Amino acid sequence: MAEHTGNIIELKHITKTYTDNGFTAVSDFNLEVGRGEFVTFLGPSGCGKTTTLRMIAGFEMPTGGEILLNGQDITKLPANKRPINTVFQRYALFPHMNIYDNIAFGLKLKKLPRDEIRKKVNHVLDMVDLEGFENRRVSTLSGGQQQRIAIARALVNEPEILLLDEPLGALDLKMRKEMQIELKNMHDQLGITFIYVTHDQEEALVMSDKIVVMSEGCTQQIGTPEDIYNEPKNAFVADFIGDSNIFKGIMTGDKKVRFCGGEFECVDDVKEGTLIDAVVRPEDVILTTPDRGVIEGVVTSVIFKGIHYEIAVESGKYEMIIQSTKSAIVGDHVGMMLEPDGIHIMIAEDHTTCFETTVNSDLNLAFNDEEIRCDLTKIIPGSVIRDGELFDDDGEKVDLDKIRVMVSIEPEDIEMSDDLDAGLVVGKIINLIYKGDHYSYVVRTEYGHDLIVDDEYLWNMHDKVSLIMPEDKMQFALKK
Amino acid sequence: MTFSRKQLGIPYALFLILFVVAPLLVIVYYAFTNGSGQFTIANLTNFFANPNTLGTLCYSFVLAFTTTCVCLLIAYPVAYILARSEWKAKNIILLIFITPMWVNFTLRITALKEILTLVEKNLAYFPFFNSVIGMTYDFLPFMILPLYTTLTRLDHSLIEAAGDLGADAVQSFLRVTLPLSVPGIVSGISMVFLPAMTNYVVLDMLYNSTYIMGSLIGSYFSSDDWHNGSMIALVLLLIICIFTFFGSNADDEANARGGAVL
Repeated sequence: MAEHTGNIIELKHITKTYTDNGFTAVSDFNLEVGRGEFVTFLGPSGCGKTTTLRMIAGFEMPTGGEILLNGQDITKLPANKRPINTVFQRYALFPHMNIYDNIAFGLKLKKLPRDEIRKKVNHVLDMVDLEGFENRRVSTLSGGQQQRIAIARALVNEPEILLLDEPLGALDLKMRKEMQIELKNMHDQLGITFIYVTHDQEEALVMSDKIVVMSEGCTQQIGTPEDIYNEPKNAFVADFIGDSNIFKGIMTGDKKVRFCGGEFECVDDVKEGTLIDAVVRPEDVILTTPDRGVIEGVVTSVIFKGIHYEIAVESGKYEMIIQSTKSAIVGDHVGMMLEPDGIHIMIAEDHTTCFETTVNSDLNLAFNDEEIRCDLTKIIPGSVIRDGELFDDDGEKVDLDKIRVMVSIEPEDIEMSDDLDAGLVVGKIINLIYKGDHYSYVVRTEYGHDLIVDDEYLWNMHDKVSLIMPEDKMQFALKK
Repeated sequence: MTFSRKQLGIPYALFLILFVVAPLLVIVYYAFTNGSGQFTIANLTNFFANPNTLGTLCYSFVLAFTTTCVCLLIAYPVAYILARSEWKAKNIILLIFITPMWVNFTLRITALKEILTLVEKNLAYFPFFNSVIGMTYDFLPFMILPLYTTLTRLDHSLIEAAGDLGADAVQSFLRVTLPLSVPGIVSGISMVFLPAMTNYVVLDMLYNSTYIMGSLIGSYFSSDDWHNGSMIALVLLLIICIFTFFGSNADDEANARGGAVL
């Protein structure tokens, strides 16, 4: 065996692209899982978490990269040869067998002696609290009981890794909470490595040693639940994990940041003048009187949520969501304060949209049959237009087929319209994050590009929109 | 005047009485009477005492059994491959197996007869073999369709689960796919075996009409012996009832276990 680092499983540059439609479900996924860890893949549906799990199980083969189990390459090994067992999303219990035969399925294939099989089956049934269910049919069991049998059926084979694909998704809330604790206990007792898939952030925070936050087939952040919650790496993670207020802002000095109409002390040391996204957890906002707050606003709504009130405060054009055990009165003027460690600073990513255009015979830019009017003489220094032809600074005629012009536009300058013929491209909204005074959308265009668009109005997920890009807001540059 | 639902059922009830219940009663009456209209069970004892009747029954049974087996052996792999494949063309291939059903029955068998004559020179050499070919050709779609439906509805994650628990392809087929396709097999068998048992036309057209129940009944009727003919018909009916009963029982049980039938 090659020398290995105590990691039970390592995924290196795993990529999965479906050949039939070219869709990339997972791209360049890297992960190391230590022996006995409880790792959770967390992300919205369609983020590639289940696909990754299925590749570890061996149901799907990655199109790139390798999977190492105890340092050995198992990328091409079929599922039945891997010491890994799976608890399926909808249990996948065999309906034509009773509970005993379901659990004994794997042991019988290994040709273990009968009394040993019986002993092991009884042991796992005892572990999931379903003694005496051996002769019951699958269809006579409740969802929660079927769930336990599915876990027992996987555990009885004593796998090195147990994979769980949203195992609690079909259970009601109370049952789910109980099973979370039970699973966690089972993990602690057995010392088996668990890899768990869920879209429920709370479940992930409660159970995991390590969380892998995924979106659009890519890893967004890997870390402990505390890391992920307190130090989200980007706006996606911050928005997905827990409730949060996200504001655009700028660093104004040494550990000083301005956002939401106020200047705050913070703990992150970022260079002055840097554009940032500030994340403020609702429970970290301190409500006070208007004169004592750094920023002030008017309470617009109060919702009782059991252990706390959720209070929305409008401050200028920004909206702050606050969780507090004390209520507030709608219409009241309030002040808001933040502790320095209650502000999390993320360096803003550059969301400028760039695309390449060609030049048409009218000396304007062409992009997929749409025309963008511009003054080419400003893009190419020293050039002039004579008789509808373009000449460069040496007086030579420019070959229009050879020129490519890069067009860039800021997210806030793009407008969205539901008139699909109104704009330059049509796309579908695949993600949205509220950022205090506007929404930040990710729009996937008909050509497969993802663009960031800022808009103050609320659109729905999966809305089909046309993107209007005003020509006066565009920046042009000649592509070398 | 307003119609209640019961009134809407009257035409159907009349139809059933006229064309199902009444003929059945007539058959029962003739089966248990003699020429002078008196009650007798002589017709029943005749049935079991007559070697010709029993021989014909056995022959029909063996013929139907063979046809069913051949249909199953051809249909299962076809249905399995079609259900599991991800071809876009699979519906077209399924259609190719089904289309013969749309061609006129007589035309189909006549065409088959010509082909068989071409190969065998004289159809009289292999009457049993020819009958099996003819009926298989005729009934194959009825076997493929229920199997295909069952296999496409089979939850793929069950097969994955079998693999996950250590079963190779053969083991997961034998332990999961095959048992779960039992409902399809049962309904396929009942759609092939019963018609094959009483088939008349295919055999007649392929010159194998000596040993079939239909022609036996016909020969009694044409010699004005309504009583023995009716008794044979009644016994056949009972046999079919028994088969259907067991078939649907197996179906129900398999359904309760999560299977599916056409």
